[in-house]
Amino acid sequence: MKTGYKYKLAALFSAFLLLGLGVMILGQKVDAAPPSGGSVAGTVKLDGTAPHERSIDMSKEPSCAKEHASNPVKVESVVVGSNGGLQNVVVYVTQGLSGNEANSTQMQTWDQKGCQYIPHVIALNPGQHFKVVNSDQTSHNIHPQPKNNSEWNKSQPPGSQPFDVTWANPEVAINVKCNIHPWMHGYMAVVKGPYAVSDNSGDFKLEGLAPGSYTLTAWQEEYGTQTQKVTVAAGKPAAVNFTFKAK
Amino acid sequence: MRATLLKCSLVVSVTVGVFFALSGSASAQITRYQEDQRLGTESHIGNVTGHAKAAAMDYRRYCVGCHGDDGDGMGANEPWLDPKPRNFTLGQFKCRSTPTGTLPTDEDLFDTIARGLDRSNMPPWNTFTRQQRADLVAYVKHFSPKFQTEKPGTPIQIPPEPEVTADRIKTGQVLFQKLECWKCHGVEGKANGPSADTLQDDQNRPIKPYDFTDGTRPKCGSSDQDIYKIFMTGLDGTPMPSFADNVKPDEAWDLVFYLRTLQPMHSKERQIAKQLGLKPIDPNAPVPEATPAATPAPAPQQ
Ligand code: HEC
Ligand code: HEC
Repeated sequence: MKTGYKYKLAALFSAFLLLGLGVMILGQKVDAAPPSGGSVAGTVKLDGTAPHERSIDMSKEPSCAKEHASNPVKVESVVVGSNGGLQNVVVYVTQGLSGNEANSTQMQTWDQKGCQYIPHVIALNPGQHFKVVNSDQTSHNIHPQPKNNSEWNKSQPPGSQPFDVTWANPEVAINVKCNIHPWMHGYMAVVKGPYAVSDNSGDFKLEGLAPGSYTLTAWQEEYGTQTQKVTVAAGKPAAVNFTFKAK
Repeated sequence: MRATLLKCSLVVSVTVGVFFALSGSASAQITRYQEDQRLGTESHIGNVTGHAKAAAMDYRRYCVGCHGDDGDGMGANEPWLDPKPRNFTLGQFKCRSTPTGTLPTDEDLFDTIARGLDRSNMPPWNTFTRQQRADLVAYVKHFSPKFQTEKPGTPIQIPPEPEVTADRIKTGQVLFQKLECWKCHGVEGKANGPSADTLQDDQNRPIKPYDFTDGTRPKCGSSDQDIYKIFMTGLDGTPMPSFADNVKPDEAWDLVFYLRTLQPMHSKERQIAKQLGLKPIDPNAPVPEATPAATPAPAPQQ
Protein backbone atom coordinates (compact mmCIF):
# COMPACT_ATOMS: atom_id res chain seq x y z
CA MET A 1 0.00 0.00 0.00
CA LYS A 2 2.65 2.50 1.05
CA THR A 3 5.48 0.80 -0.82
CA GLY A 4 5.65 3.55 -3.44
CA TYR A 5 6.18 6.13 -0.73
CA LYS A 6 8.87 3.99 0.91
CA TYR A 7 10.82 3.73 -2.35
CA LYS A 8 10.62 7.47 -2.83
CA LEU A 9 11.96 7.98 0.65
CA ALA A 10 14.80 5.58 0.05
CA ALA A 11 15.67 7.28 -3.24
CA LEU A 12 15.66 10.69 -1.59
CA PHE A 13 17.79 9.39 1.25
CA SER A 14 20.45 7.91 -1.04
CA ALA A 15 20.45 11.10 -3.09
CA PHE A 16 21.29 13.04 0.06
CA LEU A 17 23.95 10.51 0.97
CA LEU A 18 25.59 10.83 -2.44
CA LEU A 19 25.40 14.60 -2.25
CA GLY A 20 27.01 14.52 1.17
CA LEU A 21 29.78 12.26 -0.05
CA GLY A 22 30.35 14.50 -3.04
CA VAL A 23 30.66 17.56 -0.83
CA MET A 24 33.10 15.72 1.41
CA ILE A 25 35.29 14.67 -1.49
CA LEU A 26 35.21 18.11 -3.07
CA GLY A 27 35.94 19.66 0.31
CA GLN A 28 39.07 17.58 0.59
CA LYS A 29 40.19 18.66 -2.84
CA VAL A 30 39.84 22.29 -1.81
CA ASP A 31 41.97 21.62 1.31
CA ALA A 32 44.73 20.16 -0.79
CA ALA A 33 45.61 23.52 -2.33
CA PRO A 34 49.38 24.06 -2.03
CA PRO A 35 50.46 26.22 0.94
CA SER A 36 51.14 29.78 -0.04
CA GLY A 37 53.39 32.47 1.35
CA GLY A 38 52.41 32.69 5.03
CA SER A 39 55.15 32.55 7.64
CA VAL A 40 55.90 32.82 11.36
CA ALA A 41 58.93 34.59 12.82
CA GLY A 42 60.05 35.02 16.39
CA THR A 43 62.66 34.54 19.06
CA VAL A 44 63.26 31.90 21.72
CA LYS A 45 64.58 33.26 25.02
CA LEU A 46 65.77 31.83 28.28
CA ASP A 47 64.26 33.36 31.41
CA GLY A 48 66.79 33.26 34.24
CA THR A 49 70.48 32.49 34.39
CA ALA A 50 71.82 29.92 32.01
CA PRO A 51 73.20 26.82 33.75
CA HIS A 52 76.96 26.68 34.01
CA GLU A 53 78.07 24.28 31.28
CA ARG A 54 81.28 22.44 32.02
CA SER A 55 84.16 22.31 29.55
CA ILE A 56 84.67 19.05 27.73
CA ASP A 57 87.92 17.19 28.34
CA MET A 58 89.06 15.83 24.98
CA SER A 59 92.51 14.75 26.11
CA LYS A 60 91.69 11.16 25.14
CA GLU A 61 91.51 12.34 21.53
CA PRO A 62 94.63 14.51 21.06
CA SER A 63 93.79 15.48 17.45
CA CYS A 64 90.51 17.03 18.64
CA ALA A 65 91.91 18.48 21.87
CA LYS A 66 94.51 20.30 19.78
CA GLU A 67 91.80 21.88 17.62
CA HIS A 68 90.19 23.47 20.66
CA ALA A 69 93.38 24.23 22.59
CA SER A 70 92.77 28.00 22.69
CA ASN A 71 89.01 27.78 23.14
CA PRO A 72 87.77 24.70 25.04
CA VAL A 73 84.39 23.38 24.00
CA LYS A 74 81.52 23.43 26.48
CA VAL A 75 78.61 21.01 26.86
CA GLU A 76 75.89 22.20 24.50
CA SER A 77 72.67 21.20 26.24
CA VAL A 78 71.71 24.87 26.84
CA VAL A 79 73.31 27.40 24.50
CA VAL A 80 72.42 31.03 25.22
CA GLY A 81 73.52 34.01 23.13
CA SER A 82 74.53 37.40 24.55
CA ASN A 83 70.97 38.78 24.32
CA GLY A 84 69.41 35.82 26.17
CA GLY A 85 68.40 34.12 22.91
CA LEU A 86 68.25 30.34 23.17
CA GLN A 87 69.94 28.45 20.34
CA ASN A 88 69.16 24.96 18.95
CA VAL A 89 65.42 25.05 19.68
CA VAL A 90 63.33 23.21 17.08
CA VAL A 91 60.10 25.01 16.17
CA TYR A 92 57.49 23.10 14.19
CA VAL A 93 53.75 22.73 13.61
CA THR A 94 51.81 20.20 15.68
CA GLN A 95 48.26 21.18 14.68
CA GLY A 96 46.67 22.72 11.63
CA LEU A 97 48.66 21.07 8.84
CA SER A 98 46.55 19.78 5.97
CA GLY A 99 48.64 16.61 5.80
CA ASN A 100 49.47 17.27 2.17
CA GLU A 101 52.64 19.28 2.79
CA ALA A 102 55.48 18.12 0.56
CA ASN A 103 58.60 16.94 2.38
CA SER A 104 61.68 19.08 1.87
CA THR A 105 64.13 17.83 -0.72
CA GLN A 106 66.96 20.07 0.45
CA MET A 107 70.10 18.08 1.35
CA GLN A 108 71.35 18.74 4.88
CA THR A 109 74.73 17.94 6.41
CA TRP A 110 75.60 16.35 9.73
CA ASP A 111 79.30 16.97 10.21
CA GLN A 112 81.72 15.62 12.79
CA LYS A 113 84.37 18.24 13.36
CA GLY A 114 86.68 18.70 16.32
CA CYS A 115 84.83 15.78 17.96
CA GLN A 116 81.59 17.76 17.96
CA TYR A 117 78.44 17.48 15.88
CA ILE A 118 77.94 20.43 13.57
CA PRO A 119 75.16 21.38 13.87
CA HIS A 120 74.33 20.13 17.36
CA VAL A 121 70.62 19.96 16.47
CA ILE A 122 69.21 19.31 13.02
CA ALA A 123 65.55 19.29 11.93
CA LEU A 124 64.29 17.23 9.01
CA ASN A 125 61.12 16.07 7.30
CA PRO A 126 60.47 12.34 7.02
CA GLY A 127 62.31 11.13 3.94
CA GLN A 128 64.52 14.21 3.72
CA HIS A 129 68.11 13.28 2.90
CA PHE A 130 71.09 14.26 4.97
CA LYS A 131 74.77 13.58 4.52
CA VAL A 132 76.95 12.30 7.35
CA VAL A 133 80.47 13.74 7.05
CA ASN A 134 83.63 13.11 9.06
CA SER A 135 85.98 16.12 8.86
CA ASP A 136 88.21 14.82 11.67
CA GLN A 137 91.53 12.98 11.70
CA THR A 138 89.98 10.27 13.87
CA SER A 139 87.31 7.58 13.45
CA HIS A 140 83.80 8.22 14.70
CA ASN A 141 80.91 5.85 15.04
CA ILE A 142 77.58 7.49 14.32
CA HIS A 143 74.99 5.89 16.54
CA PRO A 144 71.49 7.40 16.48
CA GLN A 145 69.12 5.90 19.04
CA PRO A 146 65.59 6.40 17.75
CA LYS A 147 62.44 4.91 19.29
CA ASN A 148 60.15 5.37 16.32
CA ASN A 149 62.65 4.62 13.53
CA SER A 150 65.24 1.89 12.98
CA GLU A 151 68.44 2.26 14.94
CA TRP A 152 71.81 1.83 13.21
CA ASN A 153 75.45 2.27 14.14
CA LYS A 154 78.16 2.92 11.54
CA SER A 155 81.85 3.56 11.78
CA GLN A 156 83.29 6.41 9.70
CA PRO A 157 87.10 6.48 9.59
CA PRO A 158 88.94 9.69 8.66
CA GLY A 159 88.93 10.48 4.97
CA SER A 160 86.04 8.15 4.17
CA GLN A 161 83.17 9.06 1.89
CA PRO A 162 80.13 10.85 3.37
CA PHE A 163 77.01 8.69 3.42
CA ASP A 164 73.41 9.59 2.76
CA VAL A 165 70.58 8.83 5.22
CA THR A 166 66.86 9.50 5.72
CA TRP A 167 64.41 8.89 8.57
CA ALA A 168 61.04 7.37 7.70
CA ASN A 169 58.93 8.45 10.69
CA PRO A 170 58.40 11.66 12.66
CA GLU A 171 60.26 11.66 15.98
CA VAL A 172 61.28 14.52 18.31
CA ALA A 173 64.07 13.99 18.86
CA ILE A 174 66.52 11.24 18.00
CA ASN A 175 69.55 11.20 20.29
CA VAL A 176 72.80 10.70 18.37
CA LYS A 177 76.03 9.63 19.98
CA CYS A 178 79.52 8.46 19.24
CA ASN A 179 80.55 5.58 21.48
CA ILE A 180 84.25 6.22 20.88
CA HIS A 181 83.94 9.82 22.12
CA PRO A 182 81.27 9.70 24.84
CA TRP A 183 81.06 13.49 25.11
CA MET A 184 79.64 13.76 21.60
CA HIS A 185 75.88 14.32 21.67
CA GLY A 186 73.42 15.70 19.19
CA TYR A 187 69.78 15.50 18.18
CA MET A 188 67.83 14.99 14.99
CA ALA A 189 64.20 16.16 15.07
CA VAL A 190 62.04 14.57 12.37
CA VAL A 191 58.80 16.53 11.89
CA LYS A 192 56.11 17.01 9.28
CA GLY A 193 55.61 20.36 7.60
CA PRO A 194 57.71 23.51 7.85
CA TYR A 195 60.31 23.66 10.66
CA ALA A 196 63.07 25.89 11.95
CA VAL A 197 65.99 25.65 14.39
CA SER A 198 66.70 28.81 16.37
CA ASP A 199 70.05 30.48 15.63
CA ASN A 200 72.59 31.93 18.08
CA SER A 201 70.30 34.92 18.74
CA GLY A 202 67.35 32.61 19.39
CA ASP A 203 65.68 33.74 16.15
CA PHE A 204 63.69 31.42 13.95
CA LYS A 205 61.44 31.64 10.90
CA LEU A 206 58.90 29.12 9.65
CA GLU A 207 58.08 29.53 5.98
CA GLY A 208 55.64 28.09 3.49
CA LEU A 209 52.58 27.98 5.76
CA ALA A 210 49.16 28.41 4.13
CA PRO A 211 47.01 31.08 5.82
CA GLY A 212 45.14 29.53 8.76
CA SER A 213 45.34 28.66 12.44
CA TYR A 214 48.15 26.52 13.80
CA THR A 215 49.61 25.20 17.00
CA LEU A 216 53.39 25.59 17.11
CA THR A 217 55.65 23.54 19.31
CA ALA A 218 59.13 24.51 20.44
CA TRP A 219 61.42 21.72 21.63
CA GLN A 220 64.60 22.17 23.65
CA GLU A 221 66.69 19.17 24.67
CA GLU A 222 66.92 20.14 28.38
CA TYR A 223 63.62 21.94 28.91
CA GLY A 224 61.23 19.88 26.78
CA THR A 225 58.37 21.37 24.78
CA GLN A 226 56.11 24.41 24.78
CA THR A 227 53.18 25.15 22.52
CA GLN A 228 51.46 28.30 21.26
CA LYS A 229 48.59 29.01 18.92
CA VAL A 230 49.09 31.32 15.99
CA THR A 231 47.03 32.63 13.08
CA VAL A 232 48.89 33.02 9.83
CA ALA A 233 47.77 35.41 7.09
CA ALA A 234 49.24 35.81 3.65
CA GLY A 235 51.90 38.50 3.39
CA LYS A 236 53.53 39.66 6.60
CA PRO A 237 54.90 37.06 9.03
CA ALA A 238 52.95 36.28 12.20
CA ALA A 239 54.97 36.92 15.36
CA VAL A 240 55.44 34.22 18.02
CA ASN A 241 57.99 34.22 20.82
CA PHE A 242 58.82 31.38 23.19
CA THR A 243 60.37 31.69 26.63
CA PHE A 244 61.84 28.75 28.52
CA LYS A 245 62.40 29.07 32.27
CA ALA A 246 65.89 28.21 33.49
CA LYS A 247 65.75 25.31 35.96
CA MET B 1 0.70 4.29 14.92
CA ARG B 2 1.95 5.38 18.30
CA ALA B 3 2.97 1.82 19.07
CA THR B 4 5.08 1.57 15.90
CA LEU B 5 6.73 4.88 16.69
CA LEU B 6 7.62 3.62 20.12
CA LYS B 7 8.97 0.41 18.66
CA CYS B 8 10.97 2.39 16.13
CA SER B 9 12.61 4.61 18.69
CA LEU B 10 13.36 1.58 20.82
CA VAL B 11 15.07 -0.14 17.93
CA VAL B 12 17.01 3.01 17.14
CA SER B 13 18.20 3.55 20.68
CA VAL B 14 19.19 -0.09 21.05
CA THR B 15 21.14 0.07 17.80
CA VAL B 16 22.84 3.28 18.84
CA GLY B 17 23.60 1.79 22.24
CA VAL B 18 25.06 -1.36 20.73
CA PHE B 19 27.07 0.75 18.29
CA PHE B 20 28.64 2.79 21.07
CA ALA B 21 29.28 -0.26 23.19
CA LEU B 22 31.03 -1.88 20.24
CA SER B 23 33.09 1.14 19.32
CA GLY B 24 34.05 1.57 22.98
CA SER B 25 35.61 -1.88 23.13
CA ALA B 26 37.00 -1.58 19.62
CA SER B 27 40.54 -0.70 20.68
CA ALA B 28 40.85 -3.71 22.98
CA GLN B 29 39.39 -5.94 20.30
CA ILE B 30 41.78 -4.69 17.65
CA THR B 31 44.81 -5.60 19.69
CA ARG B 32 43.43 -9.05 20.40
CA TYR B 33 42.66 -9.39 16.72
CA GLN B 34 46.16 -8.24 15.79
CA GLU B 35 47.65 -10.63 18.30
CA ASP B 36 45.67 -13.46 16.71
CA GLN B 37 46.76 -12.35 13.29
CA ARG B 38 50.35 -12.13 14.35
CA LEU B 39 50.16 -15.66 15.70
CA GLY B 40 49.86 -16.57 12.04
CA THR B 41 53.49 -15.41 11.57
CA GLU B 42 55.65 -17.93 9.75
CA SER B 43 59.35 -18.55 9.32
CA HIS B 44 61.10 -20.32 6.46
CA ILE B 45 64.29 -22.24 7.10
CA GLY B 46 65.24 -24.23 4.01
CA ASN B 47 62.29 -26.55 3.48
CA VAL B 48 60.99 -26.21 7.05
CA THR B 49 58.13 -23.79 7.66
CA GLY B 50 57.80 -22.55 11.24
CA HIS B 51 54.46 -21.49 12.73
CA ALA B 52 54.28 -19.09 15.66
CA LYS B 53 51.15 -20.80 17.02
CA ALA B 54 52.98 -24.10 17.29
CA ALA B 55 55.71 -22.57 19.51
CA ALA B 56 53.42 -21.13 22.20
CA MET B 57 53.98 -24.11 24.52
CA ASP B 58 57.75 -24.23 24.05
CA TYR B 59 58.02 -20.49 24.60
CA ARG B 60 56.07 -20.72 27.88
CA ARG B 61 58.21 -23.59 29.01
CA TYR B 62 61.71 -22.53 27.98
CA CYS B 63 61.85 -18.82 27.23
CA VAL B 64 59.22 -16.95 29.24
CA GLY B 65 61.29 -16.83 32.46
CA CYS B 66 63.76 -14.49 30.82
CA HIS B 67 62.03 -12.96 27.79
CA GLY B 68 58.63 -12.46 29.49
CA ASP B 69 54.99 -13.13 28.57
CA ASP B 70 54.89 -10.19 26.19
CA GLY B 71 58.37 -10.80 24.77
CA ASP B 72 59.55 -7.50 26.25
CA GLY B 73 62.51 -9.05 28.08
CA MET B 74 60.84 -8.56 31.46
CA GLY B 75 60.61 -12.19 32.54
CA ALA B 76 60.82 -13.12 36.24
CA ASN B 77 64.61 -13.58 36.01
CA GLU B 78 65.29 -10.23 34.39
CA PRO B 79 66.46 -8.38 37.54
CA TRP B 80 69.38 -10.79 38.01
CA LEU B 81 70.62 -10.89 34.44
CA ASP B 82 73.32 -8.82 32.76
CA PRO B 83 73.22 -8.36 29.81
CA LYS B 84 69.42 -8.12 29.89
CA PRO B 85 67.24 -10.58 27.95
CA ARG B 86 66.35 -9.29 24.51
CA ASN B 87 63.16 -7.23 24.20
CA PHE B 88 61.60 -8.85 21.14
CA THR B 89 58.99 -6.11 20.68
CA LEU B 90 61.72 -3.76 19.34
CA GLY B 91 62.69 -6.04 16.48
CA GLN B 92 66.38 -5.28 17.10
CA PHE B 93 69.01 -8.03 17.17
CA LYS B 94 72.74 -8.32 17.72
CA CYS B 95 73.49 -11.29 15.48
CA ARG B 96 72.59 -10.65 11.88
CA SER B 97 73.88 -11.32 8.40
CA THR B 98 72.01 -8.16 7.35
CA PRO B 99 73.17 -4.50 7.40
CA THR B 100 72.96 -2.40 10.56
CA GLY B 101 69.46 -1.02 11.13
CA THR B 102 67.69 -3.87 9.35
CA LEU B 103 65.85 -6.98 10.50
CA PRO B 104 67.71 -10.30 10.65
CA THR B 105 66.80 -13.18 8.37
CA ASP B 106 64.91 -16.21 9.67
CA GLU B 107 68.15 -18.21 9.38
CA ASP B 108 69.98 -15.68 11.57
CA LEU B 109 67.45 -16.16 14.39
CA PHE B 110 67.37 -19.90 13.81
CA ASP B 111 71.16 -20.13 14.20
CA THR B 112 71.16 -17.81 17.24
CA ILE B 113 68.61 -19.94 19.10
CA ALA B 114 70.69 -23.08 18.57
CA ARG B 115 74.00 -21.39 19.40
CA GLY B 116 72.97 -19.33 22.42
CA LEU B 117 74.86 -16.14 23.23
CA ASP B 118 78.26 -16.45 24.92
CA ARG B 119 79.00 -14.11 27.83
CA SER B 120 75.27 -13.97 28.63
CA ASN B 121 72.63 -16.17 30.25
CA MET B 122 71.09 -17.05 26.92
CA PRO B 123 71.68 -20.82 26.67
CA PRO B 124 72.09 -22.83 23.47
CA TRP B 125 68.89 -24.68 22.47
CA ASN B 126 70.62 -27.20 20.25
CA THR B 127 68.63 -30.22 21.47
CA PHE B 128 65.45 -28.88 19.84
CA THR B 129 64.35 -30.28 16.49
CA ARG B 130 64.64 -28.04 13.43
CA GLN B 131 60.85 -27.76 13.39
CA GLN B 132 60.75 -26.62 17.03
CA ARG B 133 63.39 -23.98 16.39
CA ALA B 134 61.70 -22.78 13.21
CA ASP B 135 58.44 -22.43 15.18
CA LEU B 136 60.28 -20.46 17.89
CA VAL B 137 61.75 -18.14 15.24
CA ALA B 138 58.20 -17.37 14.06
CA TYR B 139 57.15 -16.84 17.69
CA VAL B 140 60.05 -14.45 18.38
CA LYS B 141 59.07 -12.51 15.23
CA HIS B 142 55.39 -12.30 16.16
CA PHE B 143 56.16 -9.99 19.12
CA SER B 144 57.36 -7.13 16.92
CA PRO B 145 55.15 -5.19 14.51
CA LYS B 146 58.31 -4.53 12.48
CA PHE B 147 58.23 -8.02 11.06
CA GLN B 148 54.74 -7.28 9.70
CA THR B 149 55.77 -4.07 7.94
CA GLU B 150 59.44 -4.52 7.01
CA LYS B 151 61.44 -7.15 5.18
CA PRO B 152 64.78 -8.41 6.49
CA GLY B 153 67.81 -6.59 5.09
CA THR B 154 69.73 -8.10 2.17
CA PRO B 155 72.42 -10.32 3.70
CA ILE B 156 75.96 -9.07 3.11
CA GLN B 157 77.92 -11.02 0.52
CA ILE B 158 80.82 -13.02 1.87
CA PRO B 159 83.32 -13.97 -0.84
CA PRO B 160 85.12 -17.32 -0.59
CA GLU B 161 87.81 -17.35 2.07
CA PRO B 162 91.31 -16.86 0.63
CA GLU B 163 94.49 -18.59 1.79
CA VAL B 164 96.05 -17.14 4.96
CA THR B 165 99.40 -15.48 4.25
CA ALA B 166 101.84 -13.40 6.29
CA ASP B 167 101.07 -10.39 4.07
CA ARG B 168 97.37 -10.72 4.70
CA ILE B 169 97.91 -10.81 8.45
CA LYS B 170 100.08 -7.70 8.25
CA THR B 171 97.44 -5.90 6.18
CA GLY B 172 94.83 -6.95 8.72
CA GLN B 173 96.89 -5.41 11.48
CA VAL B 174 97.12 -2.11 9.59
CA LEU B 175 93.33 -2.16 9.28
CA PHE B 176 92.93 -2.86 13.00
CA GLN B 177 94.88 0.34 13.60
CA LYS B 178 93.40 2.41 10.77
CA LEU B 179 89.78 1.53 11.57
CA GLU B 180 90.51 2.17 15.25
CA CYS B 181 89.19 -1.12 16.57
CA TRP B 182 91.78 -0.62 19.33
CA LYS B 183 89.95 2.43 20.72
CA CYS B 184 87.49 -0.02 22.24
CA HIS B 185 89.13 -3.44 21.98
CA GLY B 186 92.64 -2.34 23.03
CA VAL B 187 95.94 -2.59 21.15
CA GLU B 188 96.27 -6.28 22.06
CA GLY B 189 92.54 -7.03 21.88
CA LYS B 190 92.20 -7.18 25.67
CA ALA B 191 89.03 -5.04 25.79
CA ASN B 192 90.98 -2.21 27.41
CA GLY B 193 91.09 0.53 24.76
CA PRO B 194 90.82 4.20 25.80
CA SER B 195 87.03 4.23 25.21
CA ALA B 196 86.36 0.80 26.75
CA ASP B 197 85.34 2.00 30.24
CA THR B 198 82.79 4.49 28.96
CA LEU B 199 80.79 2.20 26.69
CA GLN B 200 77.06 1.73 27.27
CA ASP B 201 74.42 -0.35 25.56
CA ASP B 202 71.01 0.97 24.47
CA GLN B 203 69.61 0.73 28.00
CA ASN B 204 72.53 2.88 29.19
CA ARG B 205 74.07 -0.07 30.99
CA PRO B 206 77.84 -0.48 30.96
CA ILE B 207 78.98 -2.94 28.29
CA LYS B 208 82.43 -4.39 27.70
CA PRO B 209 84.00 -4.82 24.28
CA TYR B 210 84.82 -8.39 23.34
CA ASP B 211 88.12 -9.55 24.85
CA PHE B 212 89.89 -11.47 22.08
CA THR B 213 92.45 -12.89 24.51
CA ASP B 214 90.34 -14.50 27.26
CA GLY B 215 89.42 -17.67 25.37
CA THR B 216 85.68 -16.90 25.11
CA ARG B 217 83.85 -17.15 21.81
CA PRO B 218 82.09 -14.29 20.03
CA LYS B 219 78.33 -14.30 20.73
CA CYS B 220 77.38 -14.27 17.11
CA GLY B 221 79.43 -17.32 16.11
CA SER B 222 83.09 -18.23 15.98
CA SER B 223 83.71 -19.39 12.41
CA ASP B 224 85.78 -17.15 10.11
CA GLN B 225 82.56 -16.30 8.23
CA ASP B 226 80.84 -15.33 11.51
CA ILE B 227 83.66 -12.94 12.45
CA TYR B 228 83.56 -11.42 8.97
CA LYS B 229 79.82 -10.84 9.45
CA ILE B 230 80.21 -9.38 12.95
CA PHE B 231 82.28 -6.34 11.98
CA MET B 232 80.57 -5.83 8.63
CA THR B 233 77.06 -5.71 10.17
CA GLY B 234 77.73 -4.49 13.73
CA LEU B 235 75.91 -5.67 16.85
CA ASP B 236 72.79 -3.47 16.86
CA GLY B 237 71.86 -2.11 20.29
CA THR B 238 75.54 -1.99 21.36
CA PRO B 239 78.48 0.35 20.65
CA MET B 240 79.94 -2.18 18.19
CA PRO B 241 79.43 -0.42 14.82
CA SER B 242 79.19 -1.66 11.25
CA PHE B 243 82.31 -1.22 9.11
CA ALA B 244 80.68 -2.31 5.85
CA ASP B 245 80.96 1.12 4.22
CA ASN B 246 84.71 1.28 4.68
CA VAL B 247 86.12 -2.21 4.37
CA LYS B 248 86.46 -3.96 1.01
CA PRO B 249 85.61 -7.67 0.96
CA ASP B 250 89.22 -8.72 0.42
CA GLU B 251 90.42 -6.46 3.25
CA ALA B 252 87.74 -7.88 5.51
CA TRP B 253 89.35 -11.30 5.22
CA ASP B 254 92.74 -9.81 6.13
CA LEU B 255 91.16 -8.35 9.25
CA VAL B 256 89.59 -11.70 10.17
CA PHE B 257 93.03 -13.34 9.91
CA TYR B 258 94.62 -10.68 12.08
CA LEU B 259 91.88 -11.00 14.76
CA ARG B 260 92.66 -14.74 14.90
CA THR B 261 96.24 -13.95 15.95
CA LEU B 262 94.87 -12.17 19.04
CA GLN B 263 92.90 -15.19 20.21
CA PRO B 264 94.70 -17.74 22.41
CA MET B 265 93.28 -20.73 20.52
CA HIS B 266 95.76 -22.63 18.39
CA SER B 267 95.48 -21.47 14.77
CA LYS B 268 97.45 -21.16 11.58
CA GLU B 269 97.23 -17.36 11.92
CA ARG B 270 98.77 -17.47 15.40
CA GLN B 271 101.59 -19.63 14.15
CA ILE B 272 102.39 -17.23 11.30
CA ALA B 273 102.25 -14.25 13.67
CA LYS B 274 104.74 -15.99 15.93
CA GLN B 275 107.09 -16.66 13.00
CA LEU B 276 106.79 -13.01 11.96
CA GLY B 277 107.44 -11.83 15.50
CA LEU B 278 104.34 -9.63 15.08
CA LYS B 279 104.18 -6.92 17.76
CA PRO B 280 100.99 -5.18 18.91
CA ILE B 281 100.15 -1.97 17.08
CA ASP B 282 101.49 1.34 18.33
CA PRO B 283 98.57 3.77 18.24
CA ASN B 284 100.92 6.75 18.52
CA ALA B 285 102.83 5.82 15.39
CA PRO B 286 101.28 7.04 12.14
CA VAL B 287 99.18 4.46 10.32
CA PRO B 288 101.33 2.97 7.54
CA GLU B 289 100.26 4.72 4.32
CA ALA B 290 99.83 1.85 1.92
CA THR B 291 98.89 -1.60 3.14
CA PRO B 292 101.95 -3.88 3.00
CA ALA B 293 100.35 -6.36 0.60
CA ALA B 294 99.66 -3.55 -1.87
CA THR B 295 103.19 -2.13 -1.68
CA PRO B 296 105.30 -3.67 -4.46
CA ALA B 297 108.71 -3.06 -2.90
CA PRO B 298 109.76 -0.95 0.09
CA ALA B 299 111.30 2.35 -1.02
CA PRO B 300 114.92 2.71 0.10
CA GLN B 301 115.23 4.77 3.29
CA GLN B 302 117.46 7.85 3.20
C1 HEC C 1 68.20 -17.70 31.29
C2 HEC C 1 67.62 -16.64 30.53
C3 HEC C 1 67.20 -16.90 29.08
C4 HEC C 1 66.39 -17.90 28.58
C5 HEC C 1 65.74 -19.03 29.33
C6 HEC C 1 66.25 -17.62 27.18
N1 HEC C 1 66.96 -16.52 26.83
FE1 HEC C 1 67.10 -15.69 24.99
N2 HEC C 1 68.32 -14.25 25.70
C7 HEC C 1 68.71 -14.11 27.03
C8 HEC C 1 69.61 -12.99 27.16
C9 HEC C 1 70.24 -12.51 28.46
C10 HEC C 1 69.76 -12.45 25.87
C11 HEC C 1 70.62 -11.26 25.48
C12 HEC C 1 72.09 -11.64 25.40
C13 HEC C 1 72.97 -10.53 24.93
O1 HEC C 1 72.49 -9.45 24.65
O2 HEC C 1 74.16 -10.76 24.81
C14 HEC C 1 68.93 -13.25 25.00
C15 HEC C 1 68.79 -13.01 23.62
C16 HEC C 1 67.97 -13.76 22.78
C17 HEC C 1 67.79 -13.49 21.37
C18 HEC C 1 68.39 -12.33 20.61
C19 HEC C 1 69.68 -12.63 19.87
C20 HEC C 1 70.24 -11.45 19.14
O3 HEC C 1 70.82 -11.64 18.08
O4 HEC C 1 70.07 -10.32 19.58
C21 HEC C 1 66.91 -14.42 20.90
C22 HEC C 1 66.38 -14.54 19.48
C23 HEC C 1 66.56 -15.28 22.00
N3 HEC C 1 67.22 -14.86 23.13
C24 HEC C 1 65.68 -16.34 21.91
C25 HEC C 1 65.36 -17.17 22.98
C26 HEC C 1 64.45 -18.28 22.88
C27 HEC C 1 63.69 -18.68 21.63
C28 HEC C 1 64.40 -18.86 24.11
C29 HEC C 1 63.64 -20.10 24.54
C30 HEC C 1 63.85 -21.27 23.75
C31 HEC C 1 65.28 -18.10 24.99
N4 HEC C 1 65.84 -17.08 24.28
C32 HEC C 1 65.50 -18.39 26.31
C33 HEC C 1 68.33 -14.90 28.07
C34 HEC C 1 67.55 -16.04 27.98
C1 HEC D 1 82.94 1.96 19.84
C2 HEC D 1 83.62 0.82 20.35
C3 HEC D 1 83.97 -0.31 19.42
C4 HEC D 1 84.73 -0.26 18.26
C5 HEC D 1 85.35 0.96 17.61
C6 HEC D 1 84.83 -1.62 17.80
N1 HEC D 1 84.16 -2.46 18.63
FE1 HEC D 1 83.98 -4.45 18.41
N2 HEC D 1 82.77 -4.54 20.05
C7 HEC D 1 82.45 -3.48 20.85
C8 HEC D 1 81.59 -3.92 21.92
C9 HEC D 1 81.01 -3.06 23.03
C10 HEC D 1 81.41 -5.31 21.73
C11 HEC D 1 80.58 -6.25 22.60
C12 HEC D 1 79.13 -6.33 22.16
C13 HEC D 1 78.35 -7.30 22.99
O1 HEC D 1 78.94 -8.04 23.77
O2 HEC D 1 77.14 -7.31 22.84
C14 HEC D 1 82.18 -5.67 20.55
C15 HEC D 1 82.27 -6.94 20.05
C16 HEC D 1 83.09 -7.32 19.00
C17 HEC D 1 83.27 -8.67 18.55
C18 HEC D 1 82.61 -9.89 19.14
C19 HEC D 1 81.14 -9.93 18.79
C20 HEC D 1 80.41 -11.11 19.38
O3 HEC D 1 79.67 -11.76 18.62
O4 HEC D 1 80.56 -11.39 20.57
C21 HEC D 1 84.15 -8.65 17.50
C22 HEC D 1 84.65 -9.82 16.70
C23 HEC D 1 84.51 -7.27 17.29
N3 HEC D 1 83.85 -6.49 18.21
C24 HEC D 1 85.38 -6.82 16.32
C25 HEC D 1 85.68 -5.48 16.09
C26 HEC D 1 86.54 -5.01 15.02
C27 HEC D 1 87.25 -5.91 14.04
C28 HEC D 1 86.57 -3.66 15.10
C29 HEC D 1 87.29 -2.68 14.17
C30 HEC D 1 87.13 -2.91 12.75
C31 HEC D 1 85.75 -3.27 16.24
N4 HEC D 1 85.23 -4.40 16.80
C32 HEC D 1 85.53 -1.97 16.65
C33 HEC D 1 82.86 -2.17 20.68
C34 HEC D 1 83.61 -1.70 19.62
